[in-house]
Amino acid sequence: MTTQIVTANRLDDGAVVYLSADGRWTETVGCARVGNGSDEAEDLLAIAGHAVADGLIVEAYLIPVTVENGVVCPVHIKEVIRANGPTTRLDLGKQASTQTAAA
Amino acid sequence: MYRYDEFDHTLVAERVSQFRGQVARRVAGELTEEEFKPLRLMNGLYLQLHAYMLRVAIPYGVLSSLQMRKLAHIARVYDKGYGHFTTRQNIQYNWPKLPDVPDILDELAEVEMHAIQTSGNCIRNVTADQYAGVAGDEIEDPRIYAEIMRQWSTLHPEFSFLPRKFKIAITGAPNDRAAVKVHDIGLRMVRNEAGEPGFEVLVGGGQGRTPMIAHTVRDFLPIRHLLSYLEAILRVYNQLGRRDNKYKARIKILVHETGAEKFTAMVEDEWAQIKDTPLALPESEVARIKAYFAPPEYDTLDDNSPEFDAWRGGDRDFDLWVRANVAEHKVPGYAIANISLKPIGGTPGDATADQMEAVADLADRFSLGEIRVSHEQNLVLGDVKKRDLYALWQALKTHDLATANIGLISDMITCPGLDYCSLANARSIPIAQEISERFADLERQHDIGELKLKISGCINACGHHHVGHIGILGVDKKGVEHYQITLGGNADQNAAIGKIVGPAFSGDDVTDAVETIVETYLDIRADGESFLDTYQRAGLEPFKERLYAAH
Ligand code: HEM
Ligand code: SF4
Repeated sequence: MTTQIVTANRLDDGAVVYLSADGRWTETVGCARVGNGSDEAEDLLAIAGHAVADGLIVEAYLIPVTVENGVVCPVHIKEVIRANGPTTRLDLGKQASTQTAAA
Repeated sequence: MYRYDEFDHTLVAERVSQFRGQVARRVAGELTEEEFKPLRLMNGLYLQLHAYMLRVAIPYGVLSSLQMRKLAHIARVYDKGYGHFTTRQNIQYNWPKLPDVPDILDELAEVEMHAIQTSGNCIRNVTADQYAGVAGDEIEDPRIYAEIMRQWSTLHPEFSFLPRKFKIAITGAPNDRAAVKVHDIGLRMVRNEAGEPGFEVLVGGGQGRTPMIAHTVRDFLPIRHLLSYLEAILRVYNQLGRRDNKYKARIKILVHETGAEKFTAMVEDEWAQIKDTPLALPESEVARIKAYFAPPEYDTLDDNSPEFDAWRGGDRDFDLWVRANVAEHKVPGYAIANISLKPIGGTPGDATADQMEAVADLADRFSLGEIRVSHEQNLVLGDVKKRDLYALWQALKTHDLATANIGLISDMITCPGLDYCSLANARSIPIAQEISERFADLERQHDIGELKLKISGCINACGHHHVGHIGILGVDKKGVEHYQITLGGNADQNAAIGKIVGPAFSGDDVTDAVETIVETYLDIRADGESFLDTYQRAGLEPFKERLYAAH
């Protein structure tokens, strides 16, 4: 059974976002709501469809993730890069603010 | 350079205000994404991996210092402090916000720039030799004709919805620095027997998943027929190009499937009907545009500059820079100075806002206020006095812009790859960085000599890997980044598509593989042979043998 989350880009700034457990669109992949199996995935996509219609996000789709000790991590490298930012510029993308937050 | 007339100003201003309305309606929910997407693409606005991406046209790669300062300002205020110069002489911003884009376009319009036709199935920014107007080997300045084509193609109603995007490149010199043979239409200025200048017309080159070298459809086209002939080619393509299959839609496929001869005959037929219509270029119009590109008043200088020679003799680093980065100028005492955007370990083609401003200042101080962007993702100052080169080089050094590697192995064309591009299969930039670190030693790079290495992160071939002497293509193998290597490609007047050397390498092995290829060349090269010469003499085998010996 695949474990998936739904991702999209925010209409306003194009930022990569995920549907979170509390039904909002979060920038942090770790806060994404996880769906197990195809029924739950369908539910995620349906909620995303509303957000697309409401003009919050664009181009929503499902991605496979692994969840270990509660930590959500995308499977494909492309999605890892989307979740963090360019691998060659750690000062850009989401990883930039995570770094500052950690510092 | 060309300055907008009132029509240009009005057109661009109206376009920005139209787009401002479209963005407002999108944000207010009056337009769906489906409705909005084609509208934003018509204004060069993509949605990429992390954010929107705005592609701004730099017509035939020519910029004033004022325009460069504006590009810097946009990078600083609306983006994350940098921009990316591309192989089509455009600049891309990677992080603009949607509501800011109309403001950015307004700012661009202030300096006669825009993002129209930087996307979509239309005639894209016409590219040209970055040494146009100053090259010693030039027949005529190609920017005049690039500008004429720009005016003709901008918002051309018949060619706004072609089967696929359409790219034209032009060179005024026999030495092709604009890669005309891998464009949909390539134009090379030539002279006929009477000594008159005209164009050799090439059609159907291209990269992407089916790379092809263009066919010559006409050996000599008189200047006055430039537009009617282009119109005939595009009309045939527009009517017969495939619209059912995106991958077969480029003109190269039409030429290939029809056969170059038959295709040429169709173009000639179409042309016969329109060649003497108002599309024929009156001499007065050519003269009007020519006036914009009239050579500046050069000082009368001795071609020999004793100061320059003394600096070269006294400073090894400066000498290396001159050897790689400085090219012959047609006027005595002047030189063409290339500014490398490929610092060791950097991102090829990226420039920070500070660097852009520095280049603008240096262009004002040393090069008549003008800058060019090369299709190899570097910048060029076209009119530097030889005796100013040392001061220029010192100033460039303080901005990390003096890497002496033009045409050498670390001067790689590199597409954004998986770090930015939503179409990518693998990363390009980290590979480029690792290779450039490995070959950081400039003395060694100079010993290796001319070597064009080009990297793309997917089969679309934005990084020109097919025509790299060494080409690297990122592929996805079961979710893991791999890299396929080709050898023997070439983008100049002897253009060729590279051959795949063997199975792909993992990301960890690709730099070693490049090293093996270079070492093999150094071992077997004959006196005076470049990498490409050696490859052409010895073929793929010796390289293949060494690369896969352990397997
Ligand atoms: C990140 C945004 C980009 C996207 C989405 C993109 C998309 C594409 C696509 C879809 C093609 C294939 C078209 C075809 O041949 O049918 C292509 C080709 C190409 N792109 Fe890009 N590209 C991007 C960035 C760039 C950059 C940064 C450069 C320059 C460094 C570039 C230069 C080219 C060139 C030269 C080709 C060669 C294909 C040809 O016309 O023969 N692109 N691109
Ligand atoms: S070659 Fe592929 S990965 Fe690279 S920029 Fe072009 S479309 Fe993106």
